[in-house]
Amino acid sequence: MTVESIFPRLEALLPKVQKPIQYVGGELNSTVKDWDSTDVRWALMYPDAYEVGLPNQGVAILYEILNELPATLAERTYAVWPDLEALMRAEGIPQFTVDAHRPVRAFDVLGLSFSTELGYTNMLTALDLAGIPLLAVERGDDDPIVLAGGHAAFNPEPIADFLDAAVLGDGEQIAIAISEVIREWKGEGSPGGRDELLMRLAESGGVYVPKFYDVDYHPDGRITRVAPNRPDVPWRVHKHTVMDLDEWPYPKKPLVPLAETVHERFSVEIFRGCTRGCRFCQAGMITRPVRERSITTIGAMVENGIKESGFNEVGLLSLSSADHSEIGEVAKGLADRYEGTNTSLSLPSTRVDAFNIDLANEFSRNGRRSGLTFAPEGGSERMRRVINKMVTEEDLIRTVTTAYSQGWRQVKLYFMCGLPTETDEDVLGIADLAKKVIKAGREITGSRDIRCTVSIGGFVPKPHTPFQWASQADHETVDRRLKALRDSLRGDKNYGRAIGFRYHDGKPSIVEGLLSRGDRRVGAVIRAVWEDGGRFDGWSEHFSYERWMAAAEKAGVDVDWYTVREREENEVLPWDHLDAGLDREWLWQDWQEAVSGTEVEDCRWTPCYDCGVCPTMGTEIQIGPTGKKLLPLTVV
Amino acid sequence: MQRLRVRYAKRGRLRFTSHRDISRAVERAVRRAGIPVAFSAGFSPHPKISYAGAAPTGVASEAEYLEIGVTKPCEPGRIRADLDGSLPPGLDVLDVVEATVGGLADRLEASEWDVRLPGADWELAETAVAKFLAAEAVEVERLTKKGPRRFDAREAVLRLEVPEGADRTAAQVPGQSCVILRMVVRHVIPAVRPDDVLTGLRLVADFAPPVPPEVTRLAQGPLDASTGALADPLGLDRDTTRGGEAVSAGEQVDG
Repeated sequence: MTVESIFPRLEALLPKVQKPIQYVGGELNSTVKDWDSTDVRWALMYPDAYEVGLPNQGVAILYEILNELPATLAERTYAVWPDLEALMRAEGIPQFTVDAHRPVRAFDVLGLSFSTELGYTNMLTALDLAGIPLLAVERGDDDPIVLAGGHAAFNPEPIADFLDAAVLGDGEQIAIAISEVIREWKGEGSPGGRDELLMRLAESGGVYVPKFYDVDYHPDGRITRVAPNRPDVPWRVHKHTVMDLDEWPYPKKPLVPLAETVHERFSVEIFRGCTRGCRFCQAGMITRPVRERSITTIGAMVENGIKESGFNEVGLLSLSSADHSEIGEVAKGLADRYEGTNTSLSLPSTRVDAFNIDLANEFSRNGRRSGLTFAPEGGSERMRRVINKMVTEEDLIRTVTTAYSQGWRQVKLYFMCGLPTETDEDVLGIADLAKKVIKAGREITGSRDIRCTVSIGGFVPKPHTPFQWASQADHETVDRRLKALRDSLRGDKNYGRAIGFRYHDGKPSIVEGLLSRGDRRVGAVIRAVWEDGGRFDGWSEHFSYERWMAAAEKAGVDVDWYTVREREENEVLPWDHLDAGLDREWLWQDWQEAVSGTEVEDCRWTPCYDCGVCPTMGTEIQIGPTGKKLLPLTVV
Repeated sequence: MQRLRVRYAKRGRLRFTSHRDISRAVERAVRRAGIPVAFSAGFSPHPKISYAGAAPTGVASEAEYLEIGVTKPCEPGRIRADLDGSLPPGLDVLDVVEATVGGLADRLEASEWDVRLPGADWELAETAVAKFLAAEAVEVERLTKKGPRRFDAREAVLRLEVPEGADRTAAQVPGQSCVILRMVVRHVIPAVRPDDVLTGLRLVADFAPPVPPEVTRLAQGPLDASTGALADPLGLDRDTTRGGEAVSAGEQVDG
């Protein structure tokens, strides 16, 4: 049965909405396959605006891999802005894909990639517009399997009632495996309906089906246990890890949008995973172990990506890009290859040391030296020991003065506020550090024309990290410390003008905290917020703290209990049945060491500290050096 | 430095591209096609590509123009094929000539527009057009970035008619009859756009089409004051060089 495009009906609405080009599809390298000659069909959603969702690497990789399977089709869908949502409701137009403008409900799977919890309300809008019942238990055989992935899926409990399934970890191989299970089941005539398909997925141990698990609670609200409610459903669900990234050199055909998006560049993931062991960092904990792409694969991917896309910027992505074992060779090789071609190279997520300045110099060889960003994260030495961000004040000053002396005029320093054990003095330490940076910079350059910007993010404790048991700072405390910090910076006659200050108020972090460490009871809050008009919660102009608090009250959910309450060692956490490979005892011990200010080394270079991932998951660290070099390209 | 003048079309769903969307798409297409585009000097070099009088977002066009500076001599026919092959379908390169004398922007004196009004009443349209043309001035208001702005929409309109016998269909509402307006409007400041003329028709005769119009720019170029016809703005360049494949202004090219 062929599925009609809704585009003719949508087209009549487009003159009435903002940025209509985001809804028309037709991106370079996008794929439209014939519906009838495929048998497994995925709608992939990034639950935010097109301009944020299109550059997302996860969705782009899965889109390409699934479309490479001959009998599988994948299209993309994004959150529509409220102006179009209202028109679609008035005209009865369903949530659609941008590739062939097919209604999302016609697909076999709606796969959502959650980088952040603040996309949950957008998922409900999409389901509702699609005509798919919000609650998984109300869905029938004609509805797609609603499947979540991405970092936020490591605790999908707050959205468990809305999901049919969730997948943890790297998506490449499991997406193909799920397609195979669906193909087989459909080929047999879809026996047993939706539930049998979900059972087949659940039995594998690699797909979490929330409705096959019951959660029991103590009278005080803590969880007693999470247990499967059917035989053959495993007690724990494991994350997926792709080994040998050289075997998976995606994206090969980068999507190039017509609309403007947040990242206008071709991105190559140069490694996955990070074992620096920063205790606040969920990404670093759940993506272990480190798996590098080789210098030759990186070179080939960059060459192909520029040719296929026409982008003039290349980003080398990872959680800490300067940690690649051959990053120096990669930087030099790429800078040589693209010298004089107006192709710029960027290296986000770098650490604080002088080696980075050499890299940055290499990358900016043909361009300007504008700004460098470093992330000490904590304002005092003590604070940095607690979070295991091993940067001394001496390191920082030396690094930054090197940068200033080599012509960089602007340095951005990134910190967090609200960290466990943090005091007012720790936060005020950020001001002292910034002033010392400017003072040292003025001395070495002999110029007053240097600047530094202090940028502050609110800390939110995340599942599967040593801080999963921690008390989150309340927003009053965070706001008070930020105000004191601002006063200390602004009030300084000598340095105040040389230091920029960027921060947000503490309230959005509380909502993020509720959603990050929430359990199934938080789902009622998300639904109530959505019913009250909550959309695009990651956007400050749409986010309403008051709406979330009112919804929590209505749902009988005590926000403080989920956020500022510290958990005991033996409390069952809502995500304990979801296995990121991390040994719970190791996490607890690391939490205790955090409180006492004890640091832990990186297992790439010092003996293993037994986080548990490699033995549990059957994985291993994969790093170079390979000793290879990038040769000049014959034709650039 | 050789300069190439390019006529391109913006068709179908690509009419929803904004001017900025098009400039990004062209820059990327130029890179993919390997065209030796020149860059500006200075702190942050930009490719030397300039755009003349871009049609608004949501408006299709058969006659948009841009100019590319290249570092080594290029054959216009080759550039036409390469650039067209690298742009997404719907942004279609129609003509490329080597620039000779004068500025291109100065030659774009007026535009011819085709405006399709699905579901509108033909007789009401005729009456409104007659009233509009009979008026000395028709003051309209448009919301600009600087707030509401009032200006005359009548004087710049050199021709306005409801042609007989034209194909009366609109892309967005297949099967439904549609009124077509053809107009030639001089480029003035502030710009008078087809939707300003439609606002004028509403003001003089209460003529209000039920759905948003489908607007296409058919041509733009130098104005022959005696006939009111538009000439090919690349004609002057073509006369003095070997030129590309000629397509006269106003002639539609199938994509």
